[in-house]
Amino acid sequence: MEAALIVPLLAAAVQSGTPILFATLGEMFTERAGVLNLGVEGMMVVGALAAFLTAQATGSPWLGLLAAGCAAALVGGLHGVVCLHFLGNQTVSGLALTIFGVGLANYLGTPFIGQRAPGFEPFDVPVLSAIPLLGDILFRHDALVYLSFLLPPLFWLFWHRTRPGLALTAAGEYPRAASAAGLNPVALRWAGILAGGFLVGLGGAYLSLAYTHLWTNGMTAGRGWIAVALVIFAFWRPGRAMFGAYLFGGVMAFQLRLQASGTDVPSSFLLMLPYALTVLALVLSALRGRGASSSAAPAALGVNIEPEG
Amino acid sequence: MEPPRWGSIFIFPVALGVSLGVSCLLLAAQGKSPALGLEVLWSGAFGAWYTVEDTLLKTVPIFLCSLGVAVTFRMQVWNIGAEGQFALGAVGATWAALTFANLPGALLLPLMFACAAAAGGAWAAVPAWLKLRLGINEIISTLMFNYIGILILEYLVYGPWKDAGSHGFPMTSQFVPAAVVGHFPGTRLHWGVALCVVCAVGLWVLLTRTRPGFELKASGESLRAARYARMPYNTLVLLVMALCGALAGWAGLLEASAVTGRLQPSLMVGYGFTAIVVAWLARLSPARIALFSFFLAALRVGAENLQLELGVPAAFGGIMEGLILLTVLAGQFFNGYRIRPGGAHR
Repeated sequence: MEAALIVPLLAAAVQSGTPILFATLGEMFTERAGVLNLGVEGMMVVGALAAFLTAQATGSPWLGLLAAGCAAALVGGLHGVVCLHFLGNQTVSGLALTIFGVGLANYLGTPFIGQRAPGFEPFDVPVLSAIPLLGDILFRHDALVYLSFLLPPLFWLFWHRTRPGLALTAAGEYPRAASAAGLNPVALRWAGILAGGFLVGLGGAYLSLAYTHLWTNGMTAGRGWIAVALVIFAFWRPGRAMFGAYLFGGVMAFQLRLQASGTDVPSSFLLMLPYALTVLALVLSALRGRGASSSAAPAALGVNIEPEG
Repeated sequence: MEPPRWGSIFIFPVALGVSLGVSCLLLAAQGKSPALGLEVLWSGAFGAWYTVEDTLLKTVPIFLCSLGVAVTFRMQVWNIGAEGQFALGAVGATWAALTFANLPGALLLPLMFACAAAAGGAWAAVPAWLKLRLGINEIISTLMFNYIGILILEYLVYGPWKDAGSHGFPMTSQFVPAAVVGHFPGTRLHWGVALCVVCAVGLWVLLTRTRPGFELKASGESLRAARYARMPYNTLVLLVMALCGALAGWAGLLEASAVTGRLQPSLMVGYGFTAIVVAWLARLSPARIALFSFFLAALRVGAENLQLELGVPAAFGGIMEGLILLTVLAGQFFNGYRIRPGGAHR
């Protein structure tokens, strides 16, 4: 194969996979604590808007990034209030969160459509970017991509090698046992929602500050939902999440290139690819896992903690 | 966790109040007068017979979609694919209308209804089958089918079905008169309103007077008990999903045939998502579904008026719907639990 064609495509796959990776890891973090949050799409788009508005007002993309994380965590907090304290149905609450978040971002964002904001620029990592092929694919991106490289191994270490990580897992597997061990499962689940929401917000920020530097409504285009699917596809494991995110990034990049090349394939069909692939990915993981996906899920995922009387 | 019974009627005003309060803050944030905004919202929905007609017209698709969604929710099947099933229904009906344009209305309309039900039903049955056969999460599959269904619709109106005389606009040609669902004389209301009544009565009969209806409610209450009683859970899930797809498909047919008279992308305005809110608020009673469909349709018409009169972005309605649903979810806590000062729970 010609490296001149493949390498830019793979580099683009990493770039367009990065927002999905942030969102997938965020949702994974929340789900590991036992909370199913289907509001990812809504939180992500609110994060994207918060990042854009803050960067535009302050001139600092880093402040925009912080604002995105906080805004998405705040929206996720609504889910926390409804599900952790009022014991609302987690599925429906997440759906409501997405309806609300998408509405909010479109409402507040409409006056800014087409405007630009300062964002993250790519830079070459010294030494590493000189590696043949791999350097071009992995080390000529912006700071957020490099940040996202660090997260999966850190997450693995956190969940498997630290006390807070184990406590969080306990809240997701068996909150009653966590409670008996002197932990506070509700507080742990709050941590899962807020930290996960923060990461989802970073994914949104990537879209408005790095992937593009301008605002358009509906910028997430279903990436939040793809992230929810990828958590299942990845069997709640951070390494596989990275693989899945880049796979989807690759399809999105490929689709854009094909459109730009003026192919005869109607653009509607190209736009369908990521969504069709999402269903296909779930079918494949079901066929391969044959029940592994259900046992890989946190045992108490989506189950509210009822008060003990 | 169960959706509320008539308690929802009391929770709803509180939820409406919360969402109106936040909406006022948001209006003020964009420098618009909240008081004026509320007035425009109200007059947009109920100000004149003309606007009430608008509200009723929007009630029809929301009602049809929520009837089906409510039944699937009752089975604990989280079908959020009404939007895509609506799109496929409109596509199926349009296919019949364009292909058999020479048929008389007495044949063409029933054919369109059959095609809309088949296309919408099939679009719902595939995720149901994937769920039963492979355990694929139906929330994600139905949602992805929404995106794909809308893109199929767009492909058709941008491509093979595009009207040569539309000056490049993505739309099919106008339906022949035989393919148009008629209107009540002297109003803008179409016969779809009557169809809603028929479907509501039909669903009520199915749920209260037939064996599948009983089995459906029973498996919604307790899957284990239903399995133990050898109720055909898988068949029931396929049945309710196909039913939901057919109803949503008819909603799509009515919008294409009676409201716009052609297939075009602007048909897709999110009725299928509003239907989720209605289905959760109203549970399974057709009367409550009608009531909440009407409320949320009024909200949509009011929000459109806000856009027209004050330039408020159209997304305003979505914010209110999301907040109403969130508040109702929180409020349902008080159906299951009572707060006693210093006492035990429950």
